[in-house]
Amino acid sequence: MSQNGTQELVPVNIDGQEFNLPKGMNLVEAVNTVGKEIPHYCYHPKLSVAGNCRMCLIDMGMPMRDRATGDAILDENGVQKIGWMPKPAIACNSNVSPGLHIKLESETVKDYRNGIMEFLLVNHPLDCPICDQAGECRLQEFSADYGRGYSRFIEDKNVKPKRTKLGERVTLDDERCILCSRCVRFSSEIAGEDVLGFVDRGSYSTLTCYPGKSLDHNYSLNTVDICPVGALTSTDFRFKMRVWFLKEANSICSESSVGSNTVVSSREGKIYRITPRRNDAVNDTWMTDSARELYKQVEEDTRLLSPQILQKEASLDDALSQAIEILKNDKLRMVGSSLSSVEEQFILRKIAKIKEIECYFLAHLGAEDGLLLSADRRPNTRGALLNDLISDVPTSRLDRLEEEIKLGLVDTLLVIHEDLSLTGIDAELLKDLKIVYLGTHTNSTSALASVNLPTLTVFEKKGSFVNQSFRLQKFNQAVPGPAGLFPDTLILTKLLSGISGEEFISPTVDLIWEELAASTPELNDITFHSIGTDGIALNADRFRNLQFPEVKSLKFSIEDFRATEDLVPAL
Amino acid sequence: MAGKTRAIERTPLSLSEKTYLPQIVNGLKTTFSNILKPNVTLQYPEERPVISESYRGVPTLVRDPNGREKCVSCQLCEFVCPPKAIRITPGEISDSEEDRVHVEKGPKEFEINMLRCIYCGFCQEVCPEEAIWLQEDYSVSGYSREEFLNNKDRLYELGGTMPDNHYKWDKKKEAELNGHEGHH
Amino acid sequence: MILEVLLHVLAAVLMITVVMTMAGYSVLAERKVSSWIQGRVGPNRTALPILSSIPIVGPLIVGLGLFQPLADGLKFLFKEEVMPGHVNKFYYVLAPIITLIPAMTTMVVLPFGQMIDPESGQRIPLILANIDIGILFIFAVGSLGVYGVVIGGWASNNKYSFLGSVRSSAQMISYELAMGISVIPVLLLANPPGMEGGLSLVNVITSQDSLWNFVLMPISALLFLICLFAETNRTPFDMAESETDLVGGFHTEYGSFKFGLFFVSEYTHIIVGSGVFVALFFGGSNFLPWLPNPWPSGIIGGVFSVLWFIAKVVCMIFLFIWVRWTLPRFRYDQVMNLGWKILLPISIANLVFYIIAFAVYEKLIN
Repeated sequence: MSQNGTQELVPVNIDGQEFNLPKGMNLVEAVNTVGKEIPHYCYHPKLSVAGNCRMCLIDMGMPMRDRATGDAILDENGVQKIGWMPKPAIACNSNVSPGLHIKLESETVKDYRNGIMEFLLVNHPLDCPICDQAGECRLQEFSADYGRGYSRFIEDKNVKPKRTKLGERVTLDDERCILCSRCVRFSSEIAGEDVLGFVDRGSYSTLTCYPGKSLDHNYSLNTVDICPVGALTSTDFRFKMRVWFLKEANSICSESSVGSNTVVSSREGKIYRITPRRNDAVNDTWMTDSARELYKQVEEDTRLLSPQILQKEASLDDALSQAIEILKNDKLRMVGSSLSSVEEQFILRKIAKIKEIECYFLAHLGAEDGLLLSADRRPNTRGALLNDLISDVPTSRLDRLEEEIKLGLVDTLLVIHEDLSLTGIDAELLKDLKIVYLGTHTNSTSALASVNLPTLTVFEKKGSFVNQSFRLQKFNQAVPGPAGLFPDTLILTKLLSGISGEEFISPTVDLIWEELAASTPELNDITFHSIGTDGIALNADRFRNLQFPEVKSLKFSIEDFRATEDLVPAL
Repeated sequence: MAGKTRAIERTPLSLSEKTYLPQIVNGLKTTFSNILKPNVTLQYPEERPVISESYRGVPTLVRDPNGREKCVSCQLCEFVCPPKAIRITPGEISDSEEDRVHVEKGPKEFEINMLRCIYCGFCQEVCPEEAIWLQEDYSVSGYSREEFLNNKDRLYELGGTMPDNHYKWDKKKEAELNGHEGHH
Repeated sequence: MILEVLLHVLAAVLMITVVMTMAGYSVLAERKVSSWIQGRVGPNRTALPILSSIPIVGPLIVGLGLFQPLADGLKFLFKEEVMPGHVNKFYYVLAPIITLIPAMTTMVVLPFGQMIDPESGQRIPLILANIDIGILFIFAVGSLGVYGVVIGGWASNNKYSFLGSVRSSAQMISYELAMGISVIPVLLLANPPGMEGGLSLVNVITSQDSLWNFVLMPISALLFLICLFAETNRTPFDMAESETDLVGGFHTEYGSFKFGLFFVSEYTHIIVGSGVFVALFFGGSNFLPWLPNPWPSGIIGGVFSVLWFIAKVVCMIFLFIWVRWTLPRFRYDQVMNLGWKILLPISIANLVFYIIAFAVYEKLIN
C-alpha cells in the first residue's frame, strides 16, 4: 500500500496535458491531487487494492521504445510515439511512472464507465427513496455522471434479502450490494477480525459472515461508512433521517485520548449520527462503534438541566452566588476533569492560582485495543498537563486528597464532571464536605453537592483537546445546548470573577486563546482559528518521560513517543 | 434595438375630440351595454366552480388500489417544500405487517401545515412514489391553528385511493416468487 | 294659522323622510348599478325574517338587495363611536352636522310638484317655502356644505384629510362661478319683461310648461350639469376623497355614525342637485315638452306630479351613478383648468349669447 509514492515528481500526461506527479503514487490518488477524478468503488485509500469493480478503467500508454536498441520511436513529426494499450487498465492498481500517458475523458473511457455502470445497475434495486445512502451514494453520483440515464433491462431484477442482520449494529441489504469487497478487506486488514466474505457465484453472490460468527467487533460501523452503496446500513441510523437534512460539524471524539476526528450530523438541534473524518495522523478514516453512540448522552435522562442549590432548582444567578460564597473558603480543593477542553482547564488554572491550591485529576483507564481506543479514556489529559493543572499523569485513586480531608485540611471541593465515588475516597468523608459540582450529567457527586451548575457536552460547545500524541485538535459546536445552559467557560469565568473579586468579562474561545498562547510555551503563536481541521502537533518534550498509560494505537506507540526528540521544533 | 425605435407624431386632436364629449358618450354606452350583459359572478357557497384536472388544491396522501399507503417517507417533499410546511417522522414497517413488510419504510407521522403551504405542487412533482397529490380541495378553514395541521390520518382521509396501475410492490413481490430456485 | 304651520311641519317631515330614504336607496343603487356595469351581482343577501319568505316577491327583493340600506344604516348606528386622540374634538363632531344641514335645507325652496286647486282652477306649486330668492338661496346655502368638508378635514389633524378638504373648497369656489352664470339665461327666460320678476324655481317651471329649457339652451344645461358634478364631489370631480392619493380624503378619520352623516349628506346633495337640475332644465314636475300636463285636479293630480318629478330625479341619480362608473377621475390641475379656463369663459359667452338673443327676440316680437 505505497499510496503516497516518493518525493520525486515525474511527468504524466493526462488527456494531453502534462502534470508532474509523485512517482509511484497510486494513480487514483495522484489524479485527485491535480483536481481530476477517476470514479471508483472498490478502491479505498486505506485498504489494499482489490480491483474488482472495474469502474476506474482508463486508457493507458507509454512512450514507445525500440525493444532491441532502447531508442525512442519517433513519428513523422519527430515526436516520440505513444504505445497505447489495446485494452483498458484499472487506475487503482496502477502507479505513477515517468512518461505515463492516460486518458480520462476520451470516448472509449466514457464507454467503459457507461458499460460498467449499466452492469452494476442491472440488479440494483430502485430503492433510492428509502435508501439511507441516497444523497451520499457513489452509485447515484456516478450513474448521474457517467451512466446512460435510462435502463435497457426489461427482465425482473434479482430479489434478495433486504434486512439481514450481520451484527448487532450492522444491517445488510443484499440487493444493493455491488460486491466491491471494501467491507471484507476492512474487517481483515484493519479491524483484524476476518468475519466477512462472499459466498456463491454470479448473481447469487452474497456478502455473509463466517458461519457461527457475526460482525460484532467494535469497528463494524466503519464498514457502513466505506460501503459505496446502501448495502450496509447502521441499525441505529437506519431510516432515521435523510442525509441531505443533516448539518455537519467537525468534532473530536471524546471517548479516549486517541481523539479521533469526527463529523457530527444533526438536524434542528438533534444529533442523528457521528461519522469519522479523515485525519491520517490520528485515525485515518476510522472510528470505534462505541464512540458513535456518545451523542446519546445529549438527551440522556440523567442530564443536569438546571442549576440546583441543595438539590433544589434555582436560578443561575442564585446558584452562582451561592457557589462563589462556598468557594471563598480557604480549605478548598479542586477535582478537575480531562473531559474539559483546553480552554476550560485554562480558566480552572486561573482559579487554582488565585486560591493557591492544588487541582486533582482522576485517571479513567480501560483496556486498549491497539487501534482507536486507548487506555486513557479521557480526551484531554495532555491538555491538563500543558496547562500546568497537573504535573504528572493522573492516578486512578485520589489518596492524597483523602488524606487531606482526613486531616481536616479540606472541607470544600470544586468538582468538574468527576464522580467522586470512583476516586476511592471514603463515602462517609465526602458527606461532610461542601461540594460545588460542575457537570453535564448527574452522578453520585452531584447528589451530594451543595450547588450544581449544569454545563454543556462536547457537542454543544467549541474548544480544543490535546490527544495522546500531543496533537491539538479543535471541535466545533454541532447543536445548541438545552435552553438556559451556558458553556463551561462562562460558568467558570463567573466563578473566577466572584472568587477573585475582579470582574472578568465572559470570554470567547478566541479571547481565551490569546491569553493561552501567551502563557503556555507550547501554544505560542497559536490562535483558535489557526488550528486546522487536521490539528497541530505540539512540542511534547516537557512530557516525554511521564508514565502515560497508553501503549499502542493506530498512529501512536509509547516507545516511539519516548524515543522521539524534537518531534516538532519548539514554537 | 435602437434602430427599431421610431417616434410617432401625435395627430392633433379634432374639435370634437378636444371636448371629450363624444368619448364620454361612447364610454357611457359601453358601461350601459355592460348592464344588459349577464354577469359572471358565482354564488359561491351554493354554486361551486368547475375544478380543472390539473388544479393544485390541498396536498393529500393517497393509497394505492390495494388500499396500502404509497408513501415510503423518502422526505423529498419535506426537502423540496419551499415554505417548510411538511414534516415527516420516518419509521420502519414492522415484520407484523406481512403484505407490506417488503416496502420496509413508511411514515410514522406525516404533517402538512396548511398555514404554511403555498400550494406550489413541488411535493407532488418530486414524489417518486406518486403518493402525494394536490387534489381539488381549495376551501380550507378552521377556528384554531391546530385545525390547519393535517396529520397522517387526515391526509389519507382527504386523499383517498389513487386508481393507478403501477402496482410497484406487487410486481416486486411477484419477482421474488418468480426468482430461481435457491435464489433467495 | 296653527293648522297651516302644522301642515308645513308635516310636509317638511315627509320631505325629509322621502329624501333620506332616497339617499339610502341611492347608496344601494350605487352598489347595484356599479356591480351590473362590472358584471357582478351586488348586494343580494340581506333578508328580513318574514318579508323575504314571501314566495316570488321575497326572493326578488332580497336579490335586489332592498333590505341592504336598512342593514347599512343600522351598522352606522351601532358601530363603536371612535374619537381619534389627535383630533380637535369640537370641530370634529361639528363637521358632519354642518355638512348635512345645508344639504337638507336647500330642498326647502325646491318645487317638487304642482296641484290644480279644484275650486279655483289655479295652479298651486308644491313647495315648502316659495321664497322670492329661490335659486340664490340654493346656491348660498348649498355652498355652505363645503364648510363641513373643510372643518372636518382640518379638525381631523391628518394631512390626507386636510388636503382633501382644501381641494374640495377650492373646487367648489371654482365651479360655483360657472354654475351661477350658466343658470342666468334660464332666469332671464323665466322673467320676461313686464312681469314681476323673481328667482323662485316656481317661475322657472312655469316658464317650461311647453318647452323644456334643456332643448332651448343645451349649453347651459351641459355647463350646469358638469358644475353640478363638481359641486357634489362626484366622479370625475371627487377630488375631496380620491382614495388613490388621499386614503379616504376629508373623511379619512371618520367612522360609524359621523361618517354616516357625511355619507348621507353626500347623497342628499346629489338628490337635491338632481332636483334642481330637473326643475331648471327638465321642466320640473311638468309632464313632457309640448304636451299639457295630464294631471287631474286636486290632491291626486298633485301626487302624480310629485311622482313624475321623483321619476325624473331618479333618472338623474342614475346618470350620476352611471357617469361615476364610466369616467376616471381628473387630475387636480385638470379640474382647475377645466373650471377656470374652459367652463367659465364658455358660460360667460353663453350668457352673452342668450342676452343678445333675448334682446333681438324682444325687438322682433315688438
